[in-house]
Amino acid sequence: MGIFSVYIINKAGGLIYQYDHISQRPEAEKTFSYPLELVLKLVDDKIVVAFGERDGIKVGHTLLAVNGISLEGRYLQTDGQDAMEIIAAPENYPINLKFGRTRLTTNERIMLASMFHSLFAIGSQLSPEHHSSGIEVLETDGFKLQCYQTMTGIKFIVIADPKQTGVEVLLRKMYEVYSDFALKNPFYSLDMPIRCDLFDTNLQQVIETSERQGIGNV
Amino acid sequence: MTVYSLYVFDRTGTCLYYTEWNRKKHSDIARDEEFKLMYGMIYSIKSFVNRISPTDLKDGFLNFKTNRYKLNFYETASGMKFIMTTDLTVGNIRDVLHQIYSNIYLEYVVRNPLCELGQPISSELFHTKLDEYVRGLPIFPTRIS
Repeated sequence: MGIFSVYIINKAGGLIYQYDHISQRPEAEKTFSYPLELVLKLVDDKIVVAFGERDGIKVGHTLLAVNGISLEGRYLQTDGQDAMEIIAAPENYPINLKFGRTRLTTNERIMLASMFHSLFAIGSQLSPEHHSSGIEVLETDGFKLQCYQTMTGIKFIVIADPKQTGVEVLLRKMYEVYSDFALKNPFYSLDMPIRCDLFDTNLQQVIETSERQGIGNV
Repeated sequence: MTVYSLYVFDRTGTCLYYTEWNRKKHSDIARDEEFKLMYGMIYSIKSFVNRISPTDLKDGFLNFKTNRYKLNFYETASGMKFIMTTDLTVGNIRDVLHQIYSNIYLEYVVRNPLCELGQPISSELFHTKLDEYVRGLPIFPTRIS
């Protein structure tokens, strides 16, 4: 329930601001005995479940921790041991593994932002009606994405719960906060990432108020 | 309320069927180029949605809206994609797309020995049944403005 995250994209498709409000990524922890029922594979140097969904562990989840020690990619954070080797050795069992959805890295977020920038343009090109804008609302069964493009081409994107109301108003408020605390800041250069404490705090405030009001309306 | 067009793609991205009812604007690119662009957009949206999602999704992408139209998406377990563009007043029509798949596509294409699967659908019977079904829907306008 509520607002999950917020993205601001400049007119060229570059990500200039990102903020995660609630992150309730599903995680599942379980102790396994040898042999391991799951099939794991390496994707981009991360250990990903390839087969064997069970107890909240889904295909596509990554391995986050082994025996309570967090992983950095495929290696243990403490001594840099390869987690694949630990899992392969029978003497390490029973073993406690924690799986969950991968946290997006900054690079991935930049890539997704520019991806949306082009999808927005294609959406308006494929329109069956004249003078269509780009994608304004995109719905899935787990979240909805709402986008507001200003006259100057900056896109404000909010990812929220499908039942959240008042996102439209929040987007306008975010634009207001952007003009007041980023554009009027003499140290801010246009189309560059926004690094400003006053902007951060005001944006969070706007998100929290709209979240409370939105839930009240449901 | 109105229905603009329907696209049917198979799992490899071939456009099996395309038809339109009250479409007002035709993009300036060739028909088959438009199919490729549509399939490419849907493919990218699916991947985008799966990656940006904060939770695990079951059905994934359902629809999107611009200020002029709404695009509704339904994918079968076998990877066939049904895409219907409508105007903004139309609600959830996932079951309509499912009906097109189960009552019309399966009935008149899969069970028709003359229709080759994976090839564009040329069956006249499929075309008339589909047209009849869509024109009978409550979301279809009774008089065309």
